[in-house]
Amino acid sequence: MNGGQDLGGTDGHGPVMPEPNEPVFHAEWEKRAFALTLAMGMPGGWNIDMGRFVRENRPPGEYLAMSYYQIWFAALEQMSKERGLMADDEIAAGHSLRPPKSVKRILSPADVAKTLHRGGPTERDTNMPAAFRPGDAVRMKNINPPTHTRLPRYVRGHAGVIERVIGCHVFPDSNATGAGENPQWLYTVRFDGRELWGADGDPSVTVSVDAWEPYLLSAG
Amino acid sequence: MAHDDGDRHHHDHGSDLSEMQLRTRALETILLEKGYIDPASIDVLIETYEKKIGPRNGAQVVAKAWVDPTFRQWLFEDGTAAIGSLGFGGRSGNHLVALENTPAVHNMTVCTLCSCYPWAVLGLPPLWYKSAPYRSRAVADPRGVLADFGVTLPKDTEIRVWDSTAELRYLVVPMRPAGTDGWSEEKLAKLVTRDSMIGTGFPKNPGDAS
Amino acid sequence: MNGAADMGGMHGFGPVVPEPNEPVFHADWEKTSFALNMVTGVAKLWNLDAFRFKRESIPPAQYLNLSYYGLWTVTLEHMMLEYGIATPEELAAGHALAPVKKAARTVTAADMTDMVRCGSPYNRPVPAPALFKAGDKVRAKNMHPKTHTRLPRYARGHAGEVVRIVGCHVFPDANASNAGEDPHWLYTVRFDGRELWGADSDPTVRVCIEAWEPYLEPL
Repeated sequence: MNGGQDLGGTDGHGPVMPEPNEPVFHAEWEKRAFALTLAMGMPGGWNIDMGRFVRENRPPGEYLAMSYYQIWFAALEQMSKERGLMADDEIAAGHSLRPPKSVKRILSPADVAKTLHRGGPTERDTNMPAAFRPGDAVRMKNINPPTHTRLPRYVRGHAGVIERVIGCHVFPDSNATGAGENPQWLYTVRFDGRELWGADGDPSVTVSVDAWEPYLLSAG
Repeated sequence: MAHDDGDRHHHDHGSDLSEMQLRTRALETILLEKGYIDPASIDVLIETYEKKIGPRNGAQVVAKAWVDPTFRQWLFEDGTAAIGSLGFGGRSGNHLVALENTPAVHNMTVCTLCSCYPWAVLGLPPLWYKSAPYRSRAVADPRGVLADFGVTLPKDTEIRVWDSTAELRYLVVPMRPAGTDGWSEEKLAKLVTRDSMIGTGFPKNPGDAS
Repeated sequence: MNGAADMGGMHGFGPVVPEPNEPVFHADWEKTSFALNMVTGVAKLWNLDAFRFKRESIPPAQYLNLSYYGLWTVTLEHMMLEYGIATPEELAAGHALAPVKKAARTVTAADMTDMVRCGSPYNRPVPAPALFKAGDKVRAKNMHPKTHTRLPRYARGHAGEVVRIVGCHVFPDANASNAGEDPHWLYTVRFDGRELWGADSDPTVRVCIEAWEPYLEPL
């Protein structure tokens, strides 16, 4: 979606402000929000693409004004409610008010290390040949889905070159809607900075994105 | 910890803080009572990312690449496998790509759309990486962003910005500082800063205070 | 600049919510905000384009969470500071603190009546022949100025057709930076909806913008 999260190339946010000796978490509640989100992935049954969409799918003003973990928390709450794992009255009460929904599995402490080590690989087997090869000229499609996509606005319609054929990977645009993994060939596409930002741009800048085949048109 | 940054860091202050504390506690209570989470798992997760997984991992990778040409070649050909051989990988590290900084090319990584970051080798990202100023400007004005870090590069150095839009996670391999001949991997790893592995800084020099 | 005001094509703001029997102003302070901005315009303290630039420069997190007249008020404060009309201390105190340098002229009620009647036309004498005529195919440039522009992001790089020559108008991109009015030819340019939003979008939609000549390239 063309939401508040699609920030590449936007102005007015001010300077980058690194915090010296920044702690991993700035408050106790952030640690809990982080860990609860990771732990709930298994019983929740959502995938990372669904999670990203829920985070970004809010009014842009909210997205930009909320802190990082406030957004995580809001998304966890929303996804839990959507799947019937908890309800508004329970959240207001701060307690469970009815029996739990039955879930397949929960994350046990013994499984944490193993689960983290497995991670979430997204490469999948395929019989489809890749449409593009390194060096091919491509143009990014101009798509504007209101649903989840990983094609940022700042590259849409622009000409680039295939730098690398990465592999066949889960396609977030499908996976986020629950329509299935629909794996597609994934490529690194390289752009000249001036193609993206105009002829007056810094000639020493090159930018790349990782783009699935459905985002690409042949320009060769 | 400084709070003189206005609203930019969105640190929670005063009543904001207690509101999030209360809400998070309520959510955790409900999830526990329903049996969806095991409290010990929560503790292990927090400890893992607060204490165990961090930029030290990436520093080890970089230091090895500096001393071991075979590893270095492997690292650039197959980052996931090479880094995996050191025991690092898994969550946000299933698909790792190492980027080589040279005198001609300086690499910077960003996730404009959210906060994708190579947790497996760098731990959790700093707040600035996840915030609007970096996400908006890194792809459009990387030199301006580097200036915010006090970093200047020669005008004709190519700056290559990698926007992590998929599940690939990028690790910048900075150039080895001069004056480190014969140094052990352990000693070299101490020079490798987190920012140098994102591309917003350089490794420390041998003379710098640690 | 690619600020928060450049909203065309964005998602997530929710449905349009018309308010039945909406009053012209929702609070007394809004009336004051509106009137003060009209007065400062007539007093020629700054130009409209500079004001717009200042408004859209409000950091997006703040911009998107201010009400419409909240934006006008915050912008007015910023302009007063930038143009030396007031100091931060005076804004905080709510009155002048240093001896006031009297203005060259005071805006009167008659001035405001004139303003409402006459407005402030933006057309200017013609500096050169128009590059384009109605029917010409043009492409909006892919420009990303850090300063004020009226070429929205959603149009940049896209192909359209000139449907009308509007005239020669003050050029906001220059005027907002107080670089002079620099008048240029202004055109109405029409884009096919699918050109802007993609092949899957509504084929019955067309969007027009007004675009100054420096925004356009011949196709």
